[in-house]
This record gives sequence, C-alpha cells and structure tokens, in this order.
Amino acid sequence: MTPLLMELGAERVSQHTESGGRAAGYARPALAGEVDLTHGRILYLEDVSVSFDGFKAINRLSLDIAPGELRCIIGPNGAGKTTMMDIITGKTRPDAGTVFFGSTIDLLRHDEAEIAQLGIGRKFQKPTVFEQLTVFENLELALKTDKGVRASMFFRLRSEQGDRLAEVLRTIHLAGSEHRLAGTLSHGQKQWLEIGMLLMQDPKLLLLDEPVAGMTDEETARTAELFLSLKGRHSLVVVEHDMSFIRSISDIVTVLCDGAVLAQGTLAQVQADERVIEVYLGR
Amino acid sequence: MDTIVSKHIPSPSGGGQGGGPRAEGGMVAPGAAPTPTLPQGGRGQSLLSRGGWAAFLVALVVVCAVAPVLNLLVPATSAFHLSDYAVSLLGKIMCYAICALAMDLIWGYTGILSLGHGLFFALGGYVMGMYLMRQIGREGNYHSDLPDFMVFLDWKELPWHWALSDSFAATVLLVLLVPGLLAFVFGFFAFRSRIKGVYFSIITQALTYAAMLLFFRNETGFGGNNGFTDFKRILGHAIATPGMRMLLFVTTGLTLLGFVLFSRWLVTAKFGRVLQAVRDGESRLMFCGYKPVHYKLTIWVISAMMCGVAGALYVPQVGIINPGEMSPANSIEIAVWAAVGGRGTLLGPIVGAFLVNGAKSWLTVTAPEFWLYFLGALFIAVTLFMPRGIVGLLRRKGERA
Repeated sequence: MTPLLMELGAERVSQHTESGGRAAGYARPALAGEVDLTHGRILYLEDVSVSFDGFKAINRLSLDIAPGELRCIIGPNGAGKTTMMDIITGKTRPDAGTVFFGSTIDLLRHDEAEIAQLGIGRKFQKPTVFEQLTVFENLELALKTDKGVRASMFFRLRSEQGDRLAEVLRTIHLAGSEHRLAGTLSHGQKQWLEIGMLLMQDPKLLLLDEPVAGMTDEETARTAELFLSLKGRHSLVVVEHDMSFIRSISDIVTVLCDGAVLAQGTLAQVQADERVIEVYLGR
Repeated sequence: MDTIVSKHIPSPSGGGQGGGPRAEGGMVAPGAAPTPTLPQGGRGQSLLSRGGWAAFLVALVVVCAVAPVLNLLVPATSAFHLSDYAVSLLGKIMCYAICALAMDLIWGYTGILSLGHGLFFALGGYVMGMYLMRQIGREGNYHSDLPDFMVFLDWKELPWHWALSDSFAATVLLVLLVPGLLAFVFGFFAFRSRIKGVYFSIITQALTYAAMLLFFRNETGFGGNNGFTDFKRILGHAIATPGMRMLLFVTTGLTLLGFVLFSRWLVTAKFGRVLQAVRDGESRLMFCGYKPVHYKLTIWVISAMMCGVAGALYVPQVGIINPGEMSPANSIEIAVWAAVGGRGTLLGPIVGAFLVNGAKSWLTVTAPEFWLYFLGALFIAVTLFMPRGIVGLLRRKGERA
C-alpha cells in the first residue's frame, strides 16, 4: 500500500463521514477485532465466484463499500443479490475470491455467528423474527452483548440497555406492543421489528434485503427516513426493487446482473445506461 | 461501533451504544409514542408466580410430610392409609416425571426430539445398579465377593469398569458423568454436523438400540439380559424396608421438585429464550451472533444428566435394571408423556407422566390387552386435537374464561 493509495483512502473516508479522514495514519498498528477503516473501505469483495450445480450465481464479482455509505443494489431476479449477502454473512462459502471487512478481517475465516459479532447485521428478504417470543424478547435477544451460554444464563438487562431498548421500540413504532408475540404482528410490523433487531445489534455494516417489501407507502417513507439517519454512522447495503424508495435514499446504485456488476453510479446514470435498460429497467 | 462512532460523535457517554440518540430521535418527536413498559429487574420473568410458589409448597409438604405419615403412621386398616404399592408406584412415576421434564427442555423448548432418553435413564440406572450389586457383598447365591453373574460366567476378578462401583460418592458422580459424557460426545458431533429434525431423532434411536444390544451381551460385564437384581442394601441399610422405601420416595420427590425449579430458572433466563429461538429460527439466531451449537449441546447434556439421575433413583425402588430399559419403546414413551401433557410448559410433561403412567398401571391390570391400543389412540388424539397438550388446552380455556 503506497502513501498515495492511503491518501486516496483517507479522502474516501472524509467524503462519506465527518472526520476529515484524520484516523487514516501511516503507521497505525492493526488491532485484533477492530475494523480497520483507514483505507476507506468497510467491505471489500474481489473476484468472488460461486456456483451451484454448475450455475454461476456469482461470477467474478468485485465490489467495495465505504464507511458510512448507503449503497443500493438493484438487479433482475437471479442476479445474485441474495447470494452475495449469503457470502458476506458466512452462510455460503465462495468457490474463489476474497471478502474483507475493513482492511484486516478476512470474512471467509469466520462463521455466521462470529461475523455477526464482528458487526455485520443482516435483514432477510422474508421477515424472520422469533414468532413465539414477544417483541421485547426479540429485541433483547439481538442486543449487543456477550452471547455465550453462561452469559445468557446469568443475563440481566442493565438500565442503559433497557433505555436503548425502549428507544429502539419507539424508533420502530412498536412502543406499546412490546409484550405482543412477534407472530401476531402484521407483515410490515415484522419488517420493522427485524430492522429494530438490527439496530439493537448495533452493527457497523447493515445488509438489508428488500426491507420495504410489503410495507405501506407511509411505512416505506418512514423506513427511508430511518435509513438516511443511519447513514454516516453505519454503512448500509440495501437490495430493493422499489425504484421510488431507491430514489429517495440512494447515493450510488450498483446494478448486478448474472452475478457480476453491470453498472454503477447515481440512479440517473444507471437508469440512462443502455445495458441496464436492456436487462432490467426499460421494459 | 467504537471505531466509527468515536471518530464522529464527540459523545461524552463514549459511544458504546453506537446508534446514538440522534439516529433514532430523528424519527419521532420525543414523547409522541407511548413509553414502553419494560419488565423490571432485568431477568424478564420471575422464577415462579405466587400461585406457582403456593403449588410448589403444597407439593413439597405432600412429598415430605403427608405421604410418609399416611404410609408409615396411619394404620393399614384406615381409609387414609397409603399402601406400599402406591408409594412404590408414585415413586416410580416421579422418576418418569423427571425424564419427561428433561424431555421438555430439549424437545419442548429447543425443538430437538430425542428418542434416546431411555438410554441416559438406563445408564444412570446401571451405574446405581453396579453399586447396589457390590452392596450385596457375600450374601449372593454363590457367597462370593463377585456379583453372582460374574461367578456364573467364571470370571475371577472385577472388570475395570467396576473399579469405582463400591464407592457411593463415586456412584453419585458417575450417575451424572456417564450420561453427561456420552451426551456430550454424541451431541458434539451431531450438532456440529448440523444434524437436525427427524434425522437427529433417528440417530438417537439407533444409538439407544445399539447400546441395548451391547448390554444384552454377557462379555460387556453388565449382567447380560438379566441385568442386575436381588439388591439387598443401600449405604449399608436394608433396601426392602418400609422406611427405606419412603426415604427413596422422598428423595425422588425432592429431586423432582429441585429439577422443576432448576428448569424454571433455565427457561426464564435469557438462556431459555435463546433455546426457543433455536427452535423457531436457528439460522436467524446465528445472524444475531449466537452459536446455536453451544446452546444445543449445553441443554442436551443437562437433559441427559437429569435422565441419568432419574434412572439412578428408579433402580433401588423397582429393584431391577436390565437392557429392556433401553428398548426403543421406552424412549418413545417419554416423548409421549411430554406431548400429552404439553410441550414447552415444564408442568405439562410432569402431568403427562402421571396421567399416562397412572392409566397404564390401571389398564394393564384391568384390560392388559388394550393398553397399547389405548396409548396409540391417546397419542393420535393429542396430536390431532390438543397440539399443545393437556396443559396447553387448560391454559387456553383459562384465557378465554
């Protein structure tokens, strides 16, 4: 890594955050478990390929996300959007390629639980909450804390954790419903609860797979507002089909097709791209 | 969060809870939404409700005072006399109830159906049986230091695995360790390989069956198909006296009640909610940062140890242990008790164990040929009409009323 590249990285940090890139130093020691963002990338995929029974779901995909960035990913069905999230979160092992969290953490060496502990949170396409538990218990499970067996046996909610929980309950508009079973919530509320669980986890990087599917227009608008408020402090990767939602939040949009990046740029740029129109937008 | 937050928000609180008030506060005007009522004290649920504690105390008094008085002090001619038969039957059923409780932890709460709990029960029983065989001393048929079946097989000395069997303390430890260790090794490989659902059930059943075949053999040194019987003493005291019978009964009752409290403690802790999350969405739980394997292994070993204790209490009361206890049907029956009583309720499986075994001891006397049909019909009826068991049904009625 040459000084020039490091300066470029520092510039990227300063673009997306308010720090001005001060933390980008030349001789900072790498700390175990700490995500090294000095090179201006929180997530870095290079030449990742994976195939299922000969079908190339991801084909030499390269992608990088800057700290604090809100990146939207669009693409036709089967473009590999969900598979990409599976790879980042450790659910699927790629056949080839590298996946880094920050500059020092190789995600391919960790399993799902460890990756979640490192600070990558995921919201699934189909809302998955624990239906037999209450809203409160769902959030409590997701709370960022020691997740070992013994710690869970002797766990007591500290008051600041309780405050945080109450705050998230208000954010996701489920205050007052905290003792309802999650299974009795509406589809949109389940989506919100899952977003709330992500907030409790307090991840550095949020991967959101179709977060507004099944939401009303009003709920969608509130979600957009929430994501914009998270941007800068957290990095977000949002996969969505809802173009108006993307228009309301997007910065840079990446178009995936056949497991590789087809185009990247602002929404207006990609919408004008003929290849994108061909495969996805136009018809 | 620390890196990003500490860089950007000069927050005096240090930014440990990284989303920060701004992130969420921006969404709604403060005070616009109702203030959530969060459980106080942090643990979520209390160990037992007031009614629960009352019932617990009643059960404690019944086990420790009422039953001994009715059996030992009330004369046999009185209508209130509790017969020796009833004491040994209830003692036996309480052992079964411990198994049902253990099954509820692993099946009802964690969603892992084990068809191998009969094995852990039998192992605990065998460990206790070995101790009781050594307690016979030279009073066996052959007047030898060795248990009768070893003399019969013309063995000259005790096999290695009988080394600790004359110590009661070692026996108590082994009652926990042997089922626990087997469960740990088996569970470690099974859970690590992500074996789930019906496949796990089948493998546990196969393990139990294999163990039964092994114990049927004379060479393994567990008395072959006759197992152990003819016990004379426990801790130096005669085993077949009314006093000892009552002591074993009370010990079993206290163990059951202790396990109820322990299980309740486990499931009311966050640990219990993680178990339920394993049951309802294991992969989702992993993305929350938990390692389900550790949780499954922990509850699996705890459950196996509880069964081992139940077996160890069972053997001195019924006076025999043989490989028949490892037959597949026994393990399945444990699951039936739990299902009939109501999974995921702790109380239900205990109720189920009492009801099914009560019905069994009554029916096998009055209409022995119908017992298996009754059991089958009961299981089908519960599955079809009471998916949450008797306790689940009662609770639902209670909620409606």
